This record gives sequence, structure tokens and C-alpha cells, in this order.
Amino acid sequence: MSGDHQASALVLFSLFIAATLGITTWVSRKRQGSPEEFYAGGRLFSPMENGFAIAGDYMSAASFLGISGLIALYGYDGMLYSVGFLVAWLVVLLLVAELVRNCGRFTLADVVAARMRERPVRIAAGTSSVAVSVLYLVAQMVGAGSLVALLLGGTSEAARAWTVVGVGALMVIYVSWGGMRATTWIQIVKAVLLMAGAIALTVLVLTRFHGDVGRLLASAAERSGHGRDFLAPGLRYGGDWTARLDFISLGLALVLGTAGLPHILSRFYTVPTARAARRSVVWSIGLIGGFYLMTIVLGFGAAALVGTDEVRKSNAAGNTAVPLLALNLGGGAGSTGGTVLFAVVAAVAFATILAVVAGITLASSASVAHDLYASLRRRRDSGRDSGAGPGRSRTPYGEVAVARVAAVGIGVVSIGLGLLAGDLNVAFLVGLAFAVAASANLPALLYSLFWSRFTTRGAVWSVYGGLAPAVLLVVLSPVVSGSPQALFPGLDFQLFPLQNPGLVSIPLGFLGGWLGTVTSAEPPDEAKHAETEVRSLTGAGAV
Amino acid sequence: MAKRLPDSSAVRLDDPWYDALATGWGETAGSGGGVPVPVVSPGERAGPSPDAAADIYLEVQRSAAFQEVRRSYRRFAVPAVIAFLVWYLAYVVAATALPGLMARPVAGAVNVAMLAGLAQFLTTFLLTWAYTHHARLRRDSAALDLRWTVFEQQRSLQTDAYDSAAEAER
Repeated sequence: MSGDHQASALVLFSLFIAATLGITTWVSRKRQGSPEEFYAGGRLFSPMENGFAIAGDYMSAASFLGISGLIALYGYDGMLYSVGFLVAWLVVLLLVAELVRNCGRFTLADVVAARMRERPVRIAAGTSSVAVSVLYLVAQMVGAGSLVALLLGGTSEAARAWTVVGVGALMVIYVSWGGMRATTWIQIVKAVLLMAGAIALTVLVLTRFHGDVGRLLASAAERSGHGRDFLAPGLRYGGDWTARLDFISLGLALVLGTAGLPHILSRFYTVPTARAARRSVVWSIGLIGGFYLMTIVLGFGAAALVGTDEVRKSNAAGNTAVPLLALNLGGGAGSTGGTVLFAVVAAVAFATILAVVAGITLASSASVAHDLYASLRRRRDSGRDSGAGPGRSRTPYGEVAVARVAAVGIGVVSIGLGLLAGDLNVAFLVGLAFAVAASANLPALLYSLFWSRFTTRGAVWSVYGGLAPAVLLVVLSPVVSGSPQALFPGLDFQLFPLQNPGLVSIPLGFLGGWLGTVTSAEPPDEAKHAETEVRSLTGAGAV
Repeated sequence: MAKRLPDSSAVRLDDPWYDALATGWGETAGSGGGVPVPVVSPGERAGPSPDAAADIYLEVQRSAAFQEVRRSYRRFAVPAVIAFLVWYLAYVVAATALPGLMARPVAGAVNVAMLAGLAQFLTTFLLTWAYTHHARLRRDSAALDLRWTVFEQQRSLQTDAYDSAAEAER
């Protein structure tokens, strides 16, 4: 890309950074520093605000650039992602959002631990939440590095490394200074920018074809070089049965994993009631559904207007399809329109990354401080200050301080891992994060909300029984060793054929929970279950 | 909906739940797992006994009103979840295992796969609408009533506890 693009993209990047830092300072000016404020933004966001923030939390740069790119390269098979990412929200809406809002305070572990012996369950759920968040975070950081390098043309290692450090530093600042309130507003701004950018490009694509979607599809098929096959499944996942099973596994992980993502669950605590949580999911389903419909138009538009071969030549993974499409729609390289549109797309992608990493960092710092640190410390000073107001935790301000430090720690860890991962292909990390969320978090969450006999052992077994196989199977999979694209192409300890472990590890998570429950000697606590059930469905005693 | 229930932000202003935590749930959640629940000496803090607080939830759980709320929720949510999971998995399996069927042209450039994909979007939107409609009409006001019931019982329990503590001091 030429210097013009870089300059205007950099100006827009700086504007966005200045705006978000402004939001952070403005928000932290009124900060009280209580856990309610830090983790949940005071719980006073409206459903519409929260709906935009959820959409901003969920729609990553991988969706905006990656899915459109996959559609531009492989046609219909890329569209399968769009469908999975949206349908997943029905699980969230029907089974999780309202009940989690009613039962929990800040984290996923709050809900699961309410009926159980708290310490082991909290440590288990906290561990898996942090694992999911770090996997997702590293994928986003590496993505940010390559994306900015790609968009700005600087493919040097230094540019990439500085981007990773810069993104990491910004997310730590947003989270540790502004907490949930700043994070939410950044996500809202990002969601508005992303929707506006996608709508503008979609309208431009459709006007090119005079609103005729049939013609858009026909010319996409023609220019892709695959003809009709481009519009039908099979180009990417139609190979051998391993590839097909792999896709089914990924589909399962996408649809069940969303409801177990800690940064999505923590968003429901930012609204006052379960009804508001439901309405925010409705908003976000509208936004996310509209967005993924637009990615389909953009992907086929890129294939039709830019051409599949051009897209592949620019970036083998297709990540530059939308920027190239923007250049083309604006009038081609060198034109003012092209430059402006390109810069807008680059800035939107950058905003997207910052908002997503801030959300994940906040959720994982909450897990560290509220679940792990609080449980590990509690053993030492249990029994002390038992008369403290139970709505506030023992030392609420201390816990927030720990959360701020944890945000810095998580930032440092993910910057480090992001730098180490460098230009390795880490796309599988997002799939893995969803798979771990679906196999470790979702079974424990659903069992504790819906199964009266569920016990502490069941909860612990379902978390570790999903987490361990998911991680182990990935270590033994072709993404780590035994294939040319693997992390360690030189080694071969591959035993498991699929790239995504979901197909095996999700049933194992559910099985672990069931097995742990039926084998435990501890009788289920009827009163606690009554409390959870009444609270979850009516909102009695909700904070 | 707006007629039956005030807007959530308005509810929030005089929301009694915000400080209604000292009613049993918070104590157990705030105390350490694996260690006995710390016993509060009666003079230190007047509160309902944990048993009495737990009984409120058991009682409400057994009430007809709650059973109705739960049945209404489950009768919608469970079949709906099964239906859309089956429909989604059928779609993914068909896309990977039956490309021939999916590639069959329907009209112009549009084929079965395109229609199935768009139908997934459409059913998601429709189910979202149906669920919220159902929850609003069948569940919300009954759930709010139950929430009040629990709150009032807890408050009367607390008042009793305060009264008896005051009497003991006299």
C-alpha cells in the first residue's frame, strides 16, 4: 500500500486512540473504585448501550477481515462461519443471559460456585476462564500485529513488535484506569464505527450491482475461477473426512462456546435487571446478525470486484480482501476516494482489535482477582471480619487494586506471548478458545442452572474434564506438530487428526460433570438448589 | 410491556434489591468454601437464621406461582433450544457431507445452500422475537411478583430478628 494510505490511516488511528484515552480519563475521573464500578460499570447501562457493547465485544477483526476474506477465497464455505457466530447467540439468549444476570455478581464462577463448596469450584472456573481469555487474547494480539503491518505496508519485524506492545499497553491503560465503564464505552464507539463502515461498504457494493444480489453472486462466481462451485459448500472443507469432521467440530465449538466466553458473560452484569440483560441480547443479535449478513456481501463483493486471485496474491489467508475492496470501491489505488475508504477500513479494524482486547483483559482480570486471588487468600484469613457487609466483599477496594494489577500482569503475559508467537499461524487459537469455553465453562454453567443434583465434585470434574482434553488434544493435533503449517513443523507427535478439539472435548466436559455428580458422596443441597432456581428465574436477591 | 412494567432504568432508581443483600445469600457466598460458615454472635449483628432464610426459597420454589413461571420458561426454552441446535447441526452436516444437494440451483445464482444459510439467519431472528415475546407476556410480571414475595418475606424475617434481638437486650 502506498504512503498516502498509511498517512491517512495513521491519522485515523491516532484520532481513535485519542478519543478512547479521552473516554478513559473522563470516566475514571468519577470513579469510585468499588468492585461494582470496576467490574460491572455500576450496573446502570441501558439495554441498547449494552447491546452495542456486546456486539463490540464479540465482533473481532477476525470477523470483519477474516470471514469476508474467507468468503472471497472459498465462497460459500466462508459463509458457514457467519452462520455459526450468529446462531450461537440463541444459546446465550435462551439459556444463559437472564439466569446468569440473576444469579451472579461479576464472573462465571459466581454462578457455578453459588450452590457448591466455593473454593474448589471458584478455582476451577477461574482457571478455565483465564485460560480461555489468554488464548483469545494472544490470538487477537498476534492478529493485531500482522494486521497493522499488513495495512500499513511495514512488514518488518520491528513494526509488528511495536504494534503488539502498543496494543497491549493501550488495553492495560483502558482497563486498569477506566474499568468496565471505559471498556463499555470504547466497545460502543467501536461497534458504531464498525457497523457504519460495514454499512457504507455494503451499500457501495450493492450500488455497483444496481442492487441486484443475483448479479453480484454470478459475477463473484465468474471471477473466482471456480464457477458455480464457488456458491456451494465444499471448496475448503469438502476434502477428506478429516476436513469435514474438523468443520463440524468447529461449528459445534462456535455455537456452544459463545455462551461460555467470560468476557461475554461479564457484560450481562452491567445492566440492572435480567429483563435488561435479555433486551441487550436482542439488540446484540440484531447488530451481529446484520453485521454477518454484510460480511457475506463484502466477501462476495471482494471476489466479484477485486477477484479471488488478486486477494490471494495480496495475502494468502484473505485478510486483505476488505481493504482491497475498499480501495476498489473508492475508485482504485491512488484515487482520493480509495485512499479515504482504505484508511477508514484500516482504522475500523484497529478500533475493533482494541475494543475486543480491552473486554477480554477486563474479564480475565476479574477472574484473577475475584475468583482465584480471593479464593487462594481466603484460606489464610477465613473467619476474620465475618460481620462485613456481605454485598461488598471483604476488602472491596483491595480486590479492585488486585484486579488492576492483574490487568497489567495479563497485559504483560499476552504481550510476551504475542511477541513470541510472532508470525506463526495462530488462527487456531480463536477456535481453541471457543472449544475450551464450550467444553469447560458451558457444561458447569448449564448443570448448575438446570440440574438439581449437581454437586461440587461434578462442577470441578466438568471444568477440568473439559479443559484438560481440549488443551491436550490441541497439543496432539496437526496444528502443533506433524504438518507443514504446524507450530513446530520439525517435530511429529501428532495423534489426534482434527484441528479443533470440540467434537471430543465438549461431550467429555458434559460427561465429566455427570460422572462427578453421580459418584460424589456429598448429597445435593436441596435448599441451595431452591435458592438458585428461584433466584435465577425471578431475580430475587439479585445484585 | 411498557404499560405493565416501568422501564428498567426507572425501576432501578427505587430498586429495593440493591441493598437487600444481607439476607442469607451474600453471607454464604462471601464466606470461605470448605470452612464452616462463621457464626455471628447475636449481639454483633441481628439477622435471620440461615435456616429461616433458606426456607423462604424452598417455600417459594414449591409455590404454584413459581412452578408456573418455571414451567412456562422450560416449555418454551427446552424445545426451542433442541430445535435450533438440530436445525443448525443438520445445516453444518449437510454442508460438509451433502455438497451435491446443497449445490442444487434454485433460481439464477441462488442454490439450496444459499437459501439454507439465509434461512438460518431468518430463524435466528424469528426465534429471538418469539422468545422475548413469550417471556414478556407469560413470565415477566409473575417473576417480578415472586421477587417481591421473597423480598417481603425476607424483610419480615429480618424485622422479627431485630425485634427479638432488641427484646433480648432489654
